Amino acid sequence: MIRSITQQKPEEELDQLLEGLGRIFIIGCGTCVTLTQTGGGPEVAKMKEKLSQKGKMITGDVVVPVACDNLTREALDEYGGRIDQADALLIMTCAFGVQTIARQMKKMVVPALDTLFIGKETSLGEFNEICTQCGTCILGETGGICPVTSCHKGLVNGPCGGTNNGKCEIDNDKECAWTLIYNRLNELNRLDAMRKLQKPRNHQGELSPGKWTSKLEI
Amino acid sequence: MSEYKSGSNLEKVLRAGHFAFTGECGPPQGANVEHLKEKAGHLKGCVDAVNVTDNQTAVVRMSSWAASIILLQEGLEPNFQMVCRDRNRLAIQSDILGVYSLGIRDMLCLSGDHQKFGNHPEAKNVFDIDSMQLIHTVKTMRDEGKFLNGQDIDAPPELFIGAASNPFAEPFDFRVYRLAKKISAGADFIQTQCIYNMDKFREFIKRAVDMGLHEKCYILAGVTPMKSVGMALYMAKQVPGMDVPDTLIKRLRGAGKGKVAEEGIKFALEQIEEFKEMEGVAGVHLMAIEWEHKVPEIAERAGMLPRPTV
Repeated sequence: MIRSITQQKPEEELDQLLEGLGRIFIIGCGTCVTLTQTGGGPEVAKMKEKLSQKGKMITGDVVVPVACDNLTREALDEYGGRIDQADALLIMTCAFGVQTIARQMKKMVVPALDTLFIGKETSLGEFNEICTQCGTCILGETGGICPVTSCHKGLVNGPCGGTNNGKCEIDNDKECAWTLIYNRLNELNRLDAMRKLQKPRNHQGELSPGKWTSKLEI
Repeated sequence: MSEYKSGSNLEKVLRAGHFAFTGECGPPQGANVEHLKEKAGHLKGCVDAVNVTDNQTAVVRMSSWAASIILLQEGLEPNFQMVCRDRNRLAIQSDILGVYSLGIRDMLCLSGDHQKFGNHPEAKNVFDIDSMQLIHTVKTMRDEGKFLNGQDIDAPPELFIGAASNPFAEPFDFRVYRLAKKISAGADFIQTQCIYNMDKFREFIKRAVDMGLHEKCYILAGVTPMKSVGMALYMAKQVPGMDVPDTLIKRLRGAGKGKVAEEGIKFALEQIEEFKEMEGVAGVHLMAIEWEHKVPEIAERAGMLPRPTV
């Protein structure tokens, strides 16, 4: 399952965002941020404790099941009074959740997290970005590994000169996407695919911000 | 002569069958034109063309096209470098027209170092197109007289198209095919990454010759003399895709205090002697990093002077 991958904002930044806001209502989410341990029950409890120590009044807190779902509104309705008392909502979800809640509630929202990417848990506690939703998929020519996402330069014509023992030159913890593609195509006996010149990509697959309307007959 | 692709000095020297010798000059981190002129002055008459780097290692410097024009005014032939990191396809094509209009005739097409290495790591990179597509863009503009969108160019830019090749990065088996791909994309000449592992380079060039690549493109071997043991260790450990054998580091260490730089130059001279005889190598690209004043001496001792006039 794909997940929205987040990390907590630096404490200093959060302090600045909350400056002058005395009463805070905290919202976590039971889905992605629970998995990444950035905005689930334990993290919300910790935040509550920390902010109380800093002199904030916590008017309430909740971990909604799926913050980006439109049903979040109903889940928050139960906390109406406590939310009304708050100067701001501190939202420990990804930016999808923050924006969903901001649209539904007439309250100032403060994100507690930075949303890094939409990714997949590839091993326990390790998350990788594997698709940037570019709108013009080339996986059919790269053995099913995406260089647009996985190569730091988004190169589509093979590895640059900085491949470092199979790792990316800019980060030893990251695989060189083109080494992975080379090895996969080699296994499949399809290395010829890497010898073909790939023309400049069409970045107009879907102009950002994307908007797409279902063509289904209703 | 109209059969030339650009009629640059470098193209003429190579076409006439001379062993080419190119140098390099990094623009200043500021607008110190006099310093640039002084550095470039050392190269005058010693090399056939001078590579002018484009914000190399992602450190902001005077723009490569402006520094190239200054070299041109100083009577040197610039090899204008362009990276894809900082420009999209609109800026790329307009800069190509711009440099050609101002008299630049050689251009080296590169992807560019990632900004993480540089002095503005928080910047957003572009990489709208990559080095392979940049080569093809220049070729399409020159030979077909068309922009990337297929639209006609009224007066096409006639540039001698260069590309880089790193024989030492993995996967080694793929590197010669990547070279072939750059040549078929439109590269007229290649300048390789700095060579230190001669065994590996011999194997690489043999494969290139077996594929007939040296007949389709001029390959210039990259040479950077080591100034110190520290530099060798830095190149070996810190520069990705660089292959510095332990034997070379040992040799430099063994040279003794005060003699390491001379030993580095000696190794470079031995390399150049071998490249002169090596099938498939059409010249040497000397990257004397912040050591431009040594170029006349190296050129002299390598038997490269005087440079041919064609």
